[in-house]
Amino acid sequence: MKANPRDVLTGVHYIDGDVAAGYGVLAAGCKFVAGYPITPSTEAAETFARVAPKGNAMFIQMEDELASISAVIGASFAGVKSMTITSGPGYTLMMEAIGFGAMLETPFVLLNIQRGGPSTGVPTKTGQADMMQSRWGSHGDYEIIAISPDSPQELFDYTIKAFNLAEMYRCPVMIMSDECVGHMTEKVVIPPAEEIELEPRRLYNGPPGEYLPFKPDGDFIPKMVKAGAGYNLYISGHVHDERGYPVTNEEFKSVYLRRLVDKIRRNKDKIIELKEENTDDAEVIVVSYGISSRVAVRGIEKAREKGIKIGNLRLVTVWPFPDEKIIDLAKTTKAFVVPEINYGQIAFEVERCCHGRANVVLVPHSGAGVHNPDDIYDAIVFAAKEKKKIEGIVEYKTKLEKLVFEGGFKLKE
Amino acid sequence: MKTDPKGVLVGSHYLSGNHACAEGALSAGCRFLSVYPIMPALEVSERFLARAKEVGATFIQMEDEISTLAAVLGASWTGKKSMTVTSGPGLSLMMENLGLGVMLETPCVIVDIQSVGPGLGLPNRPSQGDMMQARWGSHGDYEIIALAPSSPQEMFDFTIKAFNLSEHYRVPVAVMSDEYVAHLKEKVVIPPANKIEIEPRRYYEGPKDSYLPFKRDEDLVPRMVDIGEGYKFHVTGLTHDDRGYPIMNEECQEYNVHPLVWKIRNYVDNIIEVQEVHVEDAEVIIISYGATSRAALKAMEQARNSGIKVGSLKLDTVWPFPEKRVAELAKKVKAFAVPEMNFGQIVLEVERCSYGNANVFFVHHGEKGVENTDNILSAVKQAAQQNSVKDGIIECE
Amino acid sequence: METLKTKKMKEVHPMEDVLRMNRIPHIWCPGCGIGLAVTAFAAALEKAKIDLNKVAIVSGIGCTGRVAGYIKLDSFHTTHGRAIAFATGIKVANPDLKVVVFSGDGDLISIGGNHFIHAARRNIDMLVVCVNNFIYAMTGGQVAPTTPLAAYATTCPFGSVEPPINIPYLADSSGAVYVARWTTLHIRRLTNSFIEALDKKGFSVVEVISPCPQYYSRINRLGDGLDMMKFYHDNTEIRHGEDTKNLDIGFQGKIIMGKFIDRERPSYTERFD
Repeated sequence: MKANPRDVLTGVHYIDGDVAAGYGVLAAGCKFVAGYPITPSTEAAETFARVAPKGNAMFIQMEDELASISAVIGASFAGVKSMTITSGPGYTLMMEAIGFGAMLETPFVLLNIQRGGPSTGVPTKTGQADMMQSRWGSHGDYEIIAISPDSPQELFDYTIKAFNLAEMYRCPVMIMSDECVGHMTEKVVIPPAEEIELEPRRLYNGPPGEYLPFKPDGDFIPKMVKAGAGYNLYISGHVHDERGYPVTNEEFKSVYLRRLVDKIRRNKDKIIELKEENTDDAEVIVVSYGISSRVAVRGIEKAREKGIKIGNLRLVTVWPFPDEKIIDLAKTTKAFVVPEINYGQIAFEVERCCHGRANVVLVPHSGAGVHNPDDIYDAIVFAAKEKKKIEGIVEYKTKLEKLVFEGGFKLKE
Repeated sequence: MKTDPKGVLVGSHYLSGNHACAEGALSAGCRFLSVYPIMPALEVSERFLARAKEVGATFIQMEDEISTLAAVLGASWTGKKSMTVTSGPGLSLMMENLGLGVMLETPCVIVDIQSVGPGLGLPNRPSQGDMMQARWGSHGDYEIIALAPSSPQEMFDFTIKAFNLSEHYRVPVAVMSDEYVAHLKEKVVIPPANKIEIEPRRYYEGPKDSYLPFKRDEDLVPRMVDIGEGYKFHVTGLTHDDRGYPIMNEECQEYNVHPLVWKIRNYVDNIIEVQEVHVEDAEVIIISYGATSRAALKAMEQARNSGIKVGSLKLDTVWPFPEKRVAELAKKVKAFAVPEMNFGQIVLEVERCSYGNANVFFVHHGEKGVENTDNILSAVKQAAQQNSVKDGIIECE
Repeated sequence: METLKTKKMKEVHPMEDVLRMNRIPHIWCPGCGIGLAVTAFAAALEKAKIDLNKVAIVSGIGCTGRVAGYIKLDSFHTTHGRAIAFATGIKVANPDLKVVVFSGDGDLISIGGNHFIHAARRNIDMLVVCVNNFIYAMTGGQVAPTTPLAAYATTCPFGSVEPPINIPYLADSSGAVYVARWTTLHIRRLTNSFIEALDKKGFSVVEVISPCPQYYSRINRLGDGLDMMKFYHDNTEIRHGEDTKNLDIGFQGKIIMGKFIDRERPSYTERFD
């Protein structure tokens, strides 16, 4: 299915990431956005509110984030593509309903413009510390898809992709961007509508009497109907059978709940998108995502100039995690360097998949800023020189840490 | 410090896990409980409430789980040890104020009686599906402590331990129980008050005008004062300096948040407790926590009887994860078997800390009943026969 | 030779006892009314006969959420919407304390609306100061639950289609024992209301209508802070005891102020004993 030309603002724009995301939402055919103001994501919501009438779409500002995401799930069952836009604290408030959405196999998209945390933290500055939360934040077992764009152009492109994945796998899809990308202004090229491929909703067309809302197709994913189409749908957040009726039997749990994780785990290869560069014969590979992968480029180039065989693996899809890729690369490389704006999240996943074959060097950052590329370079040099296998993650001591904790530094307001 | 005898119901009792938890809280000196009704955690508040008057404790049922934890944090700053009890959906709602608790370094205890999720799931069935959520559920980077009791006696003991850890490290501590243990009735021995060791609040004792609410001691934990004592301090969920005043730059973010992680990571050896049985000669070790370890210990005995050298590592402390111990054991054994009542959470941590030295078998536990050992036994047998180390987690059907 | 000793005059702010002078200047924009509300509150603290050591102040998130940080009491800057819930914990755990919640309309009425209703219903003994500027200002001018019908905001670029909430009516019907409304122009009356409410046992609400020149006024072309003060001067009317049903505020419509509710109900902690 092609995008509707009415929704696509074709042309070359010079806009920031939040605005690009707003345009992407419209181009993806999304007709319902519910949100609540939160820095630094508001521009995306404001943009959509402004352009929504053009696409016959609707923006509603709800009374809080709990209500926003609940409205989004409702709208999705009403038959329209829907999403919400938020940042850290709002994202946390959505946790209850994210699990609910996963349980109901609701297609929807969530844009999280990450900021410095925990709690209120630094609202106006960047962070990447919600990555594990996106996977594990709600109670119970489920799987989601998370994408991490690194430029305004990607915020446009991957917003569309996120909607496509949500419709294809009937699960919440998280766009885990950050303040830096959200507020970065760059050239964004929006192609004509006929070049934008959209995934239509997988609708059931049979007679109402035979419809089972949770009977999976061959690829584990059931078909949907629109509320109000005469199917007398019953949907419940309880563990349910194919009819959607609550069951309390233990075996059903492993049958029906298992599908919630299996539909992602078994389709992993189709979902995961990575960007790889010179990883084949690399002695050190930088694994990064989002804004950190752009900062890493300078460290990587510098290392290459110094003759280090350096590879670059960028996780466009962070969840599901590319286990197999890391396992393979760990067999040929000496070490992974993982720069991220937190104190180790995805680095743990890399460590897990290394199986002791390669060292893992974490270059942490507190948030409220991005890495100093020299830190990444230094970590690469360290990783290239180190001959021993080191158990556990090596946390690289950054210049920021040395500045703040060594030698009588005084905080300035 | 010894505990206040007022809250301690000395003697041998026949208690459910939930009732034992309430008794543990009262014994630990908890004097404020705030809840919102949710299955299967109700009995904790019932028991607490029944005893609140005689002990002099306060109870409030709030309008939702969000306000519940907010009230607990507020109460903790008045100097009362405070707690809340909930289950999965409630825990999800508490995540926002869990982050605030971490940022304000507020001692408090959250008891999560896990039931099947996601969404509403199965409110009256046990699960261990919130284990990763306890560690990662709020936004931003932080560390917390989580304990997993496997019996009513441990519900009692670990609740006290949770209060002690939370006072010592000034961090919210989660007691990650489940519906099975919560509703299981067993003998619980409550010792006299002079045998119960209590960690007192770490109060500031200097002059009033030089109090800095976030000035860290040598072990990175700042000192507290109570509201209403005339210190007139300020605390905020924003990134702050020692005074508790917000400063919005990356230096302050590093200054504030890195120690939140260090104050736990640097002291993991003091925090972590595990129980080991027959690990010395084991070729397969079952790693378990909470209700699952009941079946794990039985399976170990059964496997030993049939000639397989099996050991058990029971994680009393799940977070911080006992990385070092698992890594050490991985070098000695052929494999770990990890039974969990979820689709693989702590097993990922075991895989991470095995460093390719041992196979990791995941057992989806609980379908045939929590105490059933069939699945664990078949995994253990399979593990004992496997001689080469495979990549990734091996899932047992 | 003995040096001449000169006495240096030290500049002392008249409200130094209740304000954190080392945090001034504050973050609010020129023309904003929150500072006036704080001034009135600080004056009330000085005049009210209460032990300031026993007063805790709690704020949520937003422009008004920053108030707690500037008041020299035990002060808490908490999560968005949860100030009342946090304060409930403080009050119930230690009933000897006086608790004040100082926050904005979005924080207290939108995301924290449920806590507002239930704390009023329980009649938790606290003073809630709600600074109403008709907009989410900290995040840049989004529509608020108080934004008048047809007023503009960044997330309703074509004018708000949602009827706003009437805060005194909500407080009244939920069970508050003291409800008053003033604008930031009526500082003396506002201060007196604060003093009365601080003395009151139970859930007291004081709504403070405040200009937001940076967002609300700019987006709606209402001029600067002074223009709004002139507007308050010309378009307000004091009606003590007015039925709270009649207190809706239309876009640039008349604002009715006064003390609407002053009644007695046993508070939560009294009932608990």
